[in-house]
Amino acid sequence: MLTAPGADGRFGEFGGRFVPETLVPACLELERAFDDAWSDALFRSELSELLAQFAGRPSILTECHNLGSRLGIRLILKREDLNHTGSHKINNVLGQALLARRMGKRRMVAETGAGQHGVASATAAALLGLECRVYMGEVDMQRQALNVFRMRLLGAEVVPATSGSRTLKDAVNEAMRDWVATVEHTYYAIGSVMGPHPYPLMVRQFQSVIGDEAKAQCSALLGRDPDVVVACVGGGSNAIGIFSGFVDGSSRLVGVEPAGGAAVGRGVPGVVHGMRSYLMQDEHGQVQEAHSISAGLDYPGVGPEHSHLAATGRAEYPSVTDDEVIAAFQLMARTEGIIPALECAHALAWIVREAPAMQGRTVLMNLSGRGDKDVAQMMDVLGESGGA
Amino acid sequence: MSGVLESHLRARRDAGRALLVPYVTGGLAGWADAIRAAAAHGADAIEVGIPFSDPVMDGPVIQAASERALEAGATPVSILDELRGIDAGVPVAVMCYYNTVHSMGHERFAARLASSGVSAAIVPDLSLEEVAPWAIAADGAGVETVMLVAPTSPDERLATIAARSRGFLYTVGLLGVTGERDELASTAVALASRAKRATDLPVLVGVGVSNAAQAAEAVGVADGVVQGASVVRRLMEHGPDAVGEYVAEVRAAIDAAGHPARG
Repeated sequence: MLTAPGADGRFGEFGGRFVPETLVPACLELERAFDDAWSDALFRSELSELLAQFAGRPSILTECHNLGSRLGIRLILKREDLNHTGSHKINNVLGQALLARRMGKRRMVAETGAGQHGVASATAAALLGLECRVYMGEVDMQRQALNVFRMRLLGAEVVPATSGSRTLKDAVNEAMRDWVATVEHTYYAIGSVMGPHPYPLMVRQFQSVIGDEAKAQCSALLGRDPDVVVACVGGGSNAIGIFSGFVDGSSRLVGVEPAGGAAVGRGVPGVVHGMRSYLMQDEHGQVQEAHSISAGLDYPGVGPEHSHLAATGRAEYPSVTDDEVIAAFQLMARTEGIIPALECAHALAWIVREAPAMQGRTVLMNLSGRGDKDVAQMMDVLGESGGA
Repeated sequence: MSGVLESHLRARRDAGRALLVPYVTGGLAGWADAIRAAAAHGADAIEVGIPFSDPVMDGPVIQAASERALEAGATPVSILDELRGIDAGVPVAVMCYYNTVHSMGHERFAARLASSGVSAAIVPDLSLEEVAPWAIAADGAGVETVMLVAPTSPDERLATIAARSRGFLYTVGLLGVTGERDELASTAVALASRAKRATDLPVLVGVGVSNAAQAAEAVGVADGVVQGASVVRRLMEHGPDAVGEYVAEVRAAIDAAGHPARG
């Protein structure tokens, strides 16, 4: 099992609660409310029912015979792309929206990068009768115009973050500024395993359903754990979700970062958005802008538990380039008939690169989202022929 | 034993003076002259902001000032170096986000502040639970750590925070980020009176004290005010002289306002 952080919210030397005093009482209240809900059988069964009847869980495993034989490995996908709203984000946000309602909050704010968490938040808010505002970087709103429209269709208000790099990092800043002003009646639904304690723990628990299912499914399919478990990492919620099922065993755990947003690979410990974690920053402690083809991974930090898993050596965090990602995106579409989210194409890009060193091995990849949202952007990159 | 900032503010308060602490973003064009002008026109201390890439407690004016200063090449080191040469005649506190401290290291940052003649530090994203490693280093270097309380802080917590605060107690006047508002929030006065009951430290109201009239209203309860966005906006729009004029106007207004606790 992944360990529980201490009372100070630390995973080893990472995590904590670095927020303005205005928000500290809200974080303490949230910690108590989450602990209470998570140990309440009624809350857990209500969440399980929503995951089954609304989100469509459990998600299946798909074995990629074509791509597997081409790469010389046994490749298995955990199909989080088949969840309602098209990604793993719904697992977390259904939990948080239920918690918000239980805490008597009427309004929810969220940040989003590619729009997956924003769409999931707007969806959960519509279902549970909460008012919802989503902050999204102005650049990302252009890259992901369809997701912006989706959120609006679902009744959410989408507000552009116009400061800094105008991407995910700045959307988090704006969401935190909103929460500072509205904390008494507003719930902040963070979309990844990041932010101040208890968010990294809470989001991990809500995403651990991925790993719990995958562990049992692998056991049925393979009779054992896979040799390698691979997921992409921005903040790192889909990765921590699938890792949680295998961290006790001997599977190699690999979190793949974008080369332009490699917090673990290129960062040093720093403090932003409420947490101490690996962070891309300059020598004066100014946070650097991430650059990735994938809006969902365009983040200079990473969840603190990943920093801990990296520091202790239990997981590794290589990076891949945009070009490798584009090639992997096309490869999966043509060989398996699955268009992956650009985020997940990072995981596949690493598998393709490392396959020669993994011949005959069984590799489980978390396909955390579907690529429909990326189709317009890829048409710009590849041209209308689709790169044929 | 009280530090330089606290002794200075206590002495002035006890002499019946309402306290005025203008905030200036370091590295902004004209910032050094703005500090001198503010000091010459009635500031009791100056708060100097060290610009940060991700200022989550700041509204549009101070965000824009921070971006402008960073674009002009300001760094924590360049600002502290320049501060050493500015003799304002009143104590200086820096306001910075915690990553600036973390990046340089607690001991090095504290020593650097001390050698630049800075009396105190305000680190708004360093909560009571996380402050100890920094506060110990700061205490050791003779730098006072000003703590913040908010309208959401319960009484017991407020008292604990006040006990850890040095220099003065910073009360965040409203739920929200820095910036000018049409009226002083009712939370400002309510929190200041709770703080006054909890501590003998000078109690200052900041965040959302937007003009001379609001400052005068705030010192009806608090010992003084911090003024940020209204000062920084004038510096960006009109330059350092406008800061001096504005500080003089606020000074006159708070001097004219009565205070039950002052003579």
